[in-house]
Amino acid sequence: MARIIKYIFYDILRTRFILAYTLFLFICTFAMFQLDTDVGKVVMSLMNIVLMVIPLVSIIFTTIHFYNSYEFIELMLAQPVNRKVIFLSEYFSTALSLCIAYLIGVGLPMIFYGMTPASLTLLYAGLMLTLVFVSLAFLASVLTRDKAKAIGLTLLFWFYFALIYDGLLLWIVYTFSDYPLEKITIALIAFNPIDLARIMMLLKLDISALMGYTGAFYREFFGSYWGTLFSTGVLFIWVVLPVIAGTKIFIKKDL
Amino acid sequence: MTALHDIDVTLDRGKSYALIGPNGSGKTTLIKSILGMVIPSSGEIFVDNENIKSHWKYREKIGYMPQSGHYPENIRIGQLFDMMKNIRGANVPTDEELIQTFQLDKIVDKRMHALSGGTRQKVSAALAFLFNAPILILDEPTAGLDPVSVEILKEKILREKDQGKLFVISSHILSDLDELSTDILYLIEGKIEYQNTIAQLKDMTQEKRLGKAMAAFINRNAFQHILQD
Repeated sequence: MARIIKYIFYDILRTRFILAYTLFLFICTFAMFQLDTDVGKVVMSLMNIVLMVIPLVSIIFTTIHFYNSYEFIELMLAQPVNRKVIFLSEYFSTALSLCIAYLIGVGLPMIFYGMTPASLTLLYAGLMLTLVFVSLAFLASVLTRDKAKAIGLTLLFWFYFALIYDGLLLWIVYTFSDYPLEKITIALIAFNPIDLARIMMLLKLDISALMGYTGAFYREFFGSYWGTLFSTGVLFIWVVLPVIAGTKIFIKKDL
Repeated sequence: MTALHDIDVTLDRGKSYALIGPNGSGKTTLIKSILGMVIPSSGEIFVDNENIKSHWKYREKIGYMPQSGHYPENIRIGQLFDMMKNIRGANVPTDEELIQTFQLDKIVDKRMHALSGGTRQKVSAALAFLFNAPILILDEPTAGLDPVSVEILKEKILREKDQGKLFVISSHILSDLDELSTDILYLIEGKIEYQNTIAQLKDMTQEKRLGKAMAAFINRNAFQHILQD
């Protein structure tokens, strides 16, 4: 497996997209630190980038990469290699390269300007989001045969989690505002990884005014410690479930 | 929709099977099923008395030359061969004869996307023979190759066949198969229409060449169908 991961990893580095992505994150983070001296505010601004850009880049890049390595997968299938190993190698090398890019791009300037618990949480939330959306992209890629369809599906995922879901949640809260909705909202938040990451961040940033209705309740319900633990657990499920489902489908797929 | 029905064949070592049939008759699907790339909805496939279902180790015994080889575009020829050796990791001595006779060793620095269709075929052929696999499955091996290379490949196939390897060759060029094969598997619409040795087919149809023999066989079958109706 390590050998296959190595080859896929080199292949990803050769496309240079990862380098551009690292540079983009690095410049963004650096610029934010230049604009403001308050680390808390910088982390706040960065959070908005992380919550929007990271999922989008992760999911699109992974899908394109998966379809571009179809030839490699085909080649490996005729070799004495387990299908599961092929699929998981693709997953690990893609996830690894995106995570490293993120860690260098955002982490380096942070180390330079000084780490705080809030910036550490941001790093952590970004990593989890990367993993979640790489998983979702792999699931979308094995569900369809066509590259364009797969990219469409991943974009739909992104729109849904980044924009539509929040709208729906707000609509539910607004429509049923006469009822006690606190617990239901918490349950609903668990169905959106981006919301989970956002709340994890906000719990650390200590800005209850910006946390809104659910955030405030979330904090009251869990406290900072349990809230983070709960988010981590649910995010972990978000990472693992699509990969398991994807592997199951890939093993039985005709290629 | 199914591509293959009721296929029940035993392929023996030391023989070379010509897999023929019209386009879309299921030749490539049959080959891909043996390789585990296509998973049959029902039925079992055995390689060396071992059910291949959810197995993968048996592929060590198979060298496969695809109909149109797809390779990672950015990789160089030399890197490709190194990678395959590395991934196989087997300690068996490699057979690099075709790499030399096709003169692929002189263009190891060329990237795969810069290769012509014929050169890709040569790379596919060299890869199929690289690991001394006892079973070789070649899907239209001579398509797209220049005459000189076709002869090199044919000679290689004959030599390996004489060493007791099992060949399954799918092709539309019957004159090639006439030289390379001992047995015939004739596939129509996913079913095996005819299975016998080439010698017996020639005997039955009183023809000297496989092409003519097949034509005579097909005509006779069509005639019989008309009589039955």
